[in-house]
Amino acid sequence: MIASVFVYSNANVLVFATSALLILAGAIGVISVKNPVHAALCLIMTLFGVAVAFVAQSADFLAAVQIIVYAGAIVVLFLFVIMFLGVDRREHIHFEPLVGQRAFAAVGVAITVGGLIALMARSHWVSGATSVTTKLSKVGGGNVKELGTAVFTTYLFAFEATAALLIIAVVGAVLLARRERPTHGEESA
Amino acid sequence: MNVPAAWYLILAAGLFGIGAFGLLTRRSALIMFMCIELMLNAVNLTFVTFSRTLNDISGQAIVFFVMVVAAAEVTVGLGIVVSVFRRRSSTSVDELSEMKG
Repeated sequence: MIASVFVYSNANVLVFATSALLILAGAIGVISVKNPVHAALCLIMTLFGVAVAFVAQSADFLAAVQIIVYAGAIVVLFLFVIMFLGVDRREHIHFEPLVGQRAFAAVGVAITVGGLIALMARSHWVSGATSVTTKLSKVGGGNVKELGTAVFTTYLFAFEATAALLIIAVVGAVLLARRERPTHGEESA
Repeated sequence: MNVPAAWYLILAAGLFGIGAFGLLTRRSALIMFMCIELMLNAVNLTFVTFSRTLNDISGQAIVFFVMVVAAAEVTVGLGIVVSVFRRRSSTSVDELSEMKG
């Protein structure tokens, strides 16, 4: 696989290397830094790397949504909660309450990921029928039109269900984070 | 010619593994939510790669829905973290052990 690098155009390899570097460096940062604020900033780096990988695979709309929704909304929500709770103290990361927890986790993850990659490498990486629903647009073009058509025809029910899901999530978040008022307020009124 | 799909799939598997390791080892509920986001992003990357390779838009449509569900999940999850923090002044999941049998 290393020797085949030169078959592909240098620009594509460079874009892949950039996205891989951003993704892996950010992900390792998220799980290894002590300060939650730094972890959230590392998470932004990973999300940017995934957005680069999306653009490289002509998923332009999803890359824009990735930046707007993830980096713009979800990480800001994380940072807001961190600041609001004041938990930006450092966690004792070397303290291990369960003996051998790290080792067991590392072995389990290594077996899972290694097995997954070995399974894919022994058979074909991608198999199955092509273009079952809608084809992508021509090479280099964005897929916004195709994506919109698919979401509003094939996946219309799921799309409407996500609307209900978001309403439920908003109501649930308000209910959970609401401060409970003392009940004697009604008696005095 | 774009790089082969296998490279992106290996990258996504590595990202998923890092997220899973963080989820299993970190104890702050906030960091655990971030690790769940890492795993969801790894799966999204896999979906987009398969979508490109199989020339089918469905993978990208599913990524769209995964993003919506992730946003809803983070909203409710952070609401729970705020609610727990009010009672215990901590976000460590090790201290939530009342239901231990």
